[in-house]
Amino acid sequence: MSRASPAGRRLTFEIFRFNPQAEQPQPHMQRFEIEETPYMSLFIALNTIRETMDPSLQFDFACRSAICGSCGMMVNGKPSLGCRTLTADLPDLIRLQPLPVFKLIGDLSVDTGVWFREMAASSEAWIHAKQAFNPNAAEERMDDELAATLYESDRCIECGCCVAACGAARFAKDFKGPAGLNRIARFMMDPRDERDDSDWFDVFATEDGVFGCLGLMACHDICPKELPLLEVYAYLRRKALTTARKRD
Amino acid sequence: MHAIENTDVLVIGGGLAGERCAIEAAAAGHAVLILSLVPPRRSHSCAAQGGMQAALGNCVKADGDNPTTHYIDTVRGSDWGADQRVARLFAEQAPRAVRELAHMGVPWTRVRGGRNSYFIRGERVSIEESVDKQGLIMHRDFGGTAKWRACYAAAGTGHAALYAIDSEVLRLGITVRDRVEAMQLIHDGKRCIGAVVRCLRTGRFFSVLAKATVIATGGHGRIFGQYTTNATINEGMGAAIALNTGVVPLGNMEAVQFHPTALAPSGILITEGCRGDGGYLLNRELQRFMVDAEPQKQELASRDVVSRHMAVQMRDGHGVETPFGPHLWLDLRHLGSAHLRTKLREVYEICRDFVGIDPANELIPVRPTQHYSMGGIRVGADGQAYNLRGLFAAGEAACWDMHGFNRLGGNSLAETIVAGRIVGMRASEFASGHRHEADLDVGTDACQQAEQRAREWLQRSGSGPSVYDIRNAMAETMINHVGIFRHGDELAKAVDELRQQLHDCSVAVLRSKAPGMNPELTFALRLENMLRLALVTAMGALARTESRGAHSRTDYPLRDDERWLNRTLARWPTGNSMPELSYEPVGILDLPPGHRGYGDDARIPMQQTIDEYNGSVDALQIAAGRLDATNFNDSVSRSAT
Ligand SMILES: Cc1cc2nc3c(=O)[nH]c(=O)nc-3n(C[C@H](O)[C@H](O)[C@H](O)COP(=O)(O)OP(=O)(O)OC[C@H]3O[C@@H](n4cnc5c(N)ncnc54)[C@H](O)[C@@H]3O)c2cc1C
Repeated sequence: MSRASPAGRRLTFEIFRFNPQAEQPQPHMQRFEIEETPYMSLFIALNTIRETMDPSLQFDFACRSAICGSCGMMVNGKPSLGCRTLTADLPDLIRLQPLPVFKLIGDLSVDTGVWFREMAASSEAWIHAKQAFNPNAAEERMDDELAATLYESDRCIECGCCVAACGAARFAKDFKGPAGLNRIARFMMDPRDERDDSDWFDVFATEDGVFGCLGLMACHDICPKELPLLEVYAYLRRKALTTARKRD
Repeated sequence: MHAIENTDVLVIGGGLAGERCAIEAAAAGHAVLILSLVPPRRSHSCAAQGGMQAALGNCVKADGDNPTTHYIDTVRGSDWGADQRVARLFAEQAPRAVRELAHMGVPWTRVRGGRNSYFIRGERVSIEESVDKQGLIMHRDFGGTAKWRACYAAAGTGHAALYAIDSEVLRLGITVRDRVEAMQLIHDGKRCIGAVVRCLRTGRFFSVLAKATVIATGGHGRIFGQYTTNATINEGMGAAIALNTGVVPLGNMEAVQFHPTALAPSGILITEGCRGDGGYLLNRELQRFMVDAEPQKQELASRDVVSRHMAVQMRDGHGVETPFGPHLWLDLRHLGSAHLRTKLREVYEICRDFVGIDPANELIPVRPTQHYSMGGIRVGADGQAYNLRGLFAAGEAACWDMHGFNRLGGNSLAETIVAGRIVGMRASEFASGHRHEADLDVGTDACQQAEQRAREWLQRSGSGPSVYDIRNAMAETMINHVGIFRHGDELAKAVDELRQQLHDCSVAVLRSKAPGMNPELTFALRLENMLRLALVTAMGALARTESRGAHSRTDYPLRDDERWLNRTLARWPTGNSMPELSYEPVGILDLPPGHRGYGDDARIPMQQTIDEYNGSVDALQIAAGRLDATNFNDSVSRSAT
């Protein structure tokens, strides 16, 4: 399959507009029409619109290679990374809206950074090392299998797509969300972290944690990095049960 | 009234270098503030793929590796343009940097004891890894190295490293302000006391006053427009605000790295780890042209050398022609699907998502593309910028200068952590030894100046050119005349064109006067700065009448150690219409200039003896008032172990 779509299509974009810094900000949808070009991604399309039609249009891109997580947006109702969404895969009418849940900065730009920072701080998402770093010692050993497992969940790019797709996150403000729970699981699995299951219990086995999930699992289907979120939730539920039993 | 904030150490940049620096300063008890255009984890460090060099010597093909070999590879890679003492200091510290990251949680790929199957120089080989090494950090091969040395986490090494470092920043409770942009340094020509900052949420200006200021803003590949692997945010504003002080020089701006394998046409990087793991480069006739071109290193010669061979292939009609220009092929099919989906997972995904191909069955279209800025804010071994006390720089924004005229793959990630720590230590010492020399008026004046520039843009009206058209013109100038191969006539043309574009920029008109951050205004405020960096690059390249590393002049094809074993310093005195170039020795030579082991061996030898050259280094640096930097080398080496 080649992603160089047949040229010559005329695409219509309907884009959510809102500038909170304006004197009388009015949210509305605005239409733009552009010619499709081969390999056109939303990164290319949105920059074309900004540079040739409306230079006030706000959106976020940085790496444009699906690794920095800046460009989560609703594409025809589905949370997606703009940079790796190719217009060839979309119909002639493309509706773009900002991700819900996160604070809106303007147009398609939302504040995922602050949300993720608060989430990481609240679950202390860092290694709680057993001892201080010893610069003169060789590294602690780890099986490559385990390293690969840790890497698998470490790959989350905090784009916020799963949070935007999550039924629970839309209503429960403090719900840690799929990405948050994945991050917790990542540290729970890491033997370099000294916290044990019972330390973690109060962090994840709560209504804001894994029990806040409604079980719809839209997160798993839309994750742009294809993180195994189903497995993550299963792992956390299992841990919750075994830890609760031990505590009794 | 403008908001004014105070801190001890101000770190501009939340990538690996800035955050490692901040950790050091915070651990020393200082109040630290990190500024970043984007949430720190979205800094461009996250996009680094293939690996981080450190001579741990853990696998069979790394057996016997040590920092000295790493240092020698680095100097050869630099085509003798590096400061050798800095390169040595770096190589000695790199193992610590990798292990420190392991301690902070990076899931490095580990050695699997027993039989392992690899691709080496076109053949599948089976190697028995020692069970004694089981579980230690694994290495992969990279270009220009004598041993396998790159430590990696699949092809997401930068991501894993940045998340680990940023977690440590969180743990230490360091204040991070994202979506802000440092616009101007606050200084009096002798001492830097902070920066004027613009909020990219609201468009408002404020100042931060600090005892020590560190610039760690990454590279400036976007002066090549879209012809770069760099993120859109790599526009070089850190280097530019240093240049705009009028006193701080940028070093070796003409040293620009082209990476051989960026995806055509988007420019998205495909890591050197692909060739490290055994990938081939093919031309249109599906021949492995690198085997004849470089029988020893083949696809794994240094990047400057491979990029030149590729450019020649395409020039001579061996490229695959497309409406977007020619490209060559990267062949990974023989590595097999399992390898591609694990060890090179990010590459597999990029190919699938951006061009719709499966690299296990199909060839990847690639071509050389701007990738790395060896040049940057010239600093001494301790990270102090020249001529402005209290200002430091680290990471890709700096010219520290361990890369000279060509950086080896994997050396940059290692540099960010090694330099981040050393410069963090030094900035901390500086902050401890100095009071706030903050004069509130100076902060307010600088803030008003910056605000005035923004107001002028918004007020300018008429039919002037658009900022985006000027940017596109700059990109064409840079890629066409300041690219892989350079020639005096072309470079002179580049200088003329860039001067014209600078003029156009002074009459350009915004199409949007939207209140708030206004993306067009935000870009306009950067454009003149980008043009200044581009001009410094083109002028440095025009003046340097030799070929060294990535700087390749078809009218001066030889490396000239007699006249050009030096580093370009570019200052832009306030009020001047053009920058001024001067030169300093590369540093003490421990490793005499010689053949790199790949590429051309023809060169003009130096007439001086090594002792004569070395004897002149200190004298010249002392004459320029830079004794500090020379002495610091030894003190860092001592304290760093
Ligand atoms: C695609 C790609 C792959 C790479 N792969 C590798 C690899 O495998 N191995 C390797 O060794 N190297 C690799 N490199 C190079 C390496 O990733 C970079 O050189 C390195 O990460 C730079 O780190 P840094 O901290 O200096 O800058 P960056 O990570 O770029 O961070 C710069 C920071 O500065 C901030 N900033 C910039 N301007 C301002 C301003 N005016 N005000 C406030 N904040 C500002 C940004 O927001 C950001 O936080 C790769 C580079 C690219 C482009």
